[in-house]
Amino acid sequence: MSDKTIIEKQSRPGKYHFQRGLRDGLPVAIGYLPIAVTFGVISRTAGLPSLAAVLMSLLVFAGASQFVAVELIAAGAAFPGIVATTFFVNLRHILMSATVSEKLPGLSRGWLAMLAFGITDESFSLLATDRRHRLPAFYVLGVILLPYLAWTAGSAAGVVLGGQLPGMLESSMEIALYAMFLGLIVPEIKSSSSKLKVALIALALSSLISWNPLHNISQGWRITLSTVGAAFLGAVIFTGDDKDE
Amino acid sequence: MNSFIILLTGMALVTYLPRMLPLVILSEIELSPFWKRFMLYIPPAALSALIFPGILQATDSVFAALAGGLTAVLLAYFKFSLLAVVLVSILTVFIFQFLI
Repeated sequence: MSDKTIIEKQSRPGKYHFQRGLRDGLPVAIGYLPIAVTFGVISRTAGLPSLAAVLMSLLVFAGASQFVAVELIAAGAAFPGIVATTFFVNLRHILMSATVSEKLPGLSRGWLAMLAFGITDESFSLLATDRRHRLPAFYVLGVILLPYLAWTAGSAAGVVLGGQLPGMLESSMEIALYAMFLGLIVPEIKSSSSKLKVALIALALSSLISWNPLHNISQGWRITLSTVGAAFLGAVIFTGDDKDE
Repeated sequence: MNSFIILLTGMALVTYLPRMLPLVILSEIELSPFWKRFMLYIPPAALSALIFPGILQATDSVFAALAGGLTAVLLAYFKFSLLAVVLVSILTVFIFQFLI
């Protein structure tokens, strides 16, 4: 590598990383749209004021918990209970945020506090599987920006449209986020046999929790418990170096 | 609407704190090798739990969902871009729902 390319690599402007982030965040934004529209539609049928529905997407920005909250509002639940439920549904972000923190050394607290708002299941998946050990702040900002806009704009569109979208198109688009998760996990488990085994353990745990006949465990807890369980077992069992090929 | 503002503020706060605290605090702490390995295994474990069994209910039909999932796996295996993976999977599910 010549001196010039080294210098270029070091001093690439924030704009370059920001644009790369925007590009990488695009699939997430596409995946969010139909879910956000559905959220808008449902919150209208649940009797939530239009402004409150859009504000919720703007301020909370956490899909599953917003659907749960709207259901609880429709059922006439008390607000403290809704806030408590939201807390537990979103508690899994602790893990994701902790994992992403490994890739953001040396950033100022201000940057971290801002980027933290954009940690979702999907942005975490993108950032945590990134091959780089260190991610530029502007890149992360780019990754979370379009999904955030899509989530908010989609919610507003859903409130306005109220279920007039062709159902088949909407149903097809709901595969988008799963396709993205698969697109991210395949290269991970292809390159490392211990990661493959951990993924299979998590799959087994998730299925067991989901289909156990004894307890109805919420989706948030299922994800948290299977993730922690499988990662912990992985850390205990696979102590040797598992070099990426 | 005013009572909703209180609700939304509460929801926003309890969602933001679990996102923010680990990011701000842990970025200043050096983890032990065990916890580093634990963190290394979080992404494949979390992705796996996020995908399954939720994907089975992703669309109106289980078969369409499986077709879309299989398409995604194949395209990802052959290193297509994430955007291509997502778009072709959507298309596959759309066609599948059309056929059945």
